[in-house]
Amino acid sequence: MSSPDEHVHEHDHDHDHDRTFQPDIEDSPYSHYQVMAQALGEILIDKGIITADELREQIEAQDSRNPAEGAKLIARAWTDPEFKERFMADVNAAAESVGVPAGDIPIRAVENTPDVHNVIVCTLCSCYPRGLLGVPPDWYKSRAYRSRTVREPRAVLSEFGTDLPDDLEVRVHDSTADLRYIVLPMRPEGTESMDEAALEALVSRDCMIGVSLPRNPKA
Amino acid sequence: MSDQFAIGDRVRVRRTYPPGHVRAPYFTRGKTGVVTGIAGHYRNPEDLAYGRFDGEVLPLYRVRFEQTALWEDYQGGPKDSAIVDVYENWLEPEKGGGR
Repeated sequence: MSSPDEHVHEHDHDHDHDRTFQPDIEDSPYSHYQVMAQALGEILIDKGIITADELREQIEAQDSRNPAEGAKLIARAWTDPEFKERFMADVNAAAESVGVPAGDIPIRAVENTPDVHNVIVCTLCSCYPRGLLGVPPDWYKSRAYRSRTVREPRAVLSEFGTDLPDDLEVRVHDSTADLRYIVLPMRPEGTESMDEAALEALVSRDCMIGVSLPRNPKA
Repeated sequence: MSDQFAIGDRVRVRRTYPPGHVRAPYFTRGKTGVVTGIAGHYRNPEDLAYGRFDGEVLPLYRVRFEQTALWEDYQGGPKDSAIVDVYENWLEPEKGGGR
């Protein structure tokens, strides 16, 4: 091993940089839709319909959403029956009422019970309640998740570490249309003394998609 | 416009395979399910996709299918189900079961 003193940096290195080159994502050719999306953005800006800063601001706003927003609503629904009723009736309105902007696309909650476990997929595209959960994980958009979740949901759940009894109904929701869905998981046993903030920490993104269950505080 | 179907109705997704921007998942075509809810009324996305913004407004139904009816060799629980959001233009009454 050479010391820093011995490795004198000169422009004519004798080692070959080509051999250590790692391809970047940008090195693969643009797909048709990447070109179209880029072109649409540029045209809207050129025509003065939006500004580059507005486009950037929207991207920033989208990226700032995260599953903590959804977890806040779940914890509230667990602790406040009146809120839960409003949440089940109209997620967007219930969210707004506690200062969580959920956006204009209608979101519906589906409730897990001892008899029914809900899991969300969008088989035709990758619809996702971005207002409450942020940008979807890559696997949610993958063809494997989208096709297998309707075909063999229990195998998919098992790969996420979620094994459910056979006599329970696994209910897959295919949100291919105008609505988005969020799972209201069951409140874990042994959390009776926990306050809302502590409960929020048990609610992961994946349990609001339905591929997982809330963290058990005893585990 | 009144809704053609009500909660509890047995409906079949039309078995047709048109090209283009089609919003009824392939695996539901020709399958029978039960309306469990009406998710609202929306402009037909199959029009919107082609810039027809003044097309008809359709009821959007939540249709529940037994997994064992969707897949002959379904490996899972006997009660497992899939609820799919399907626009009215894709649904027909199950033979003898319509209103």
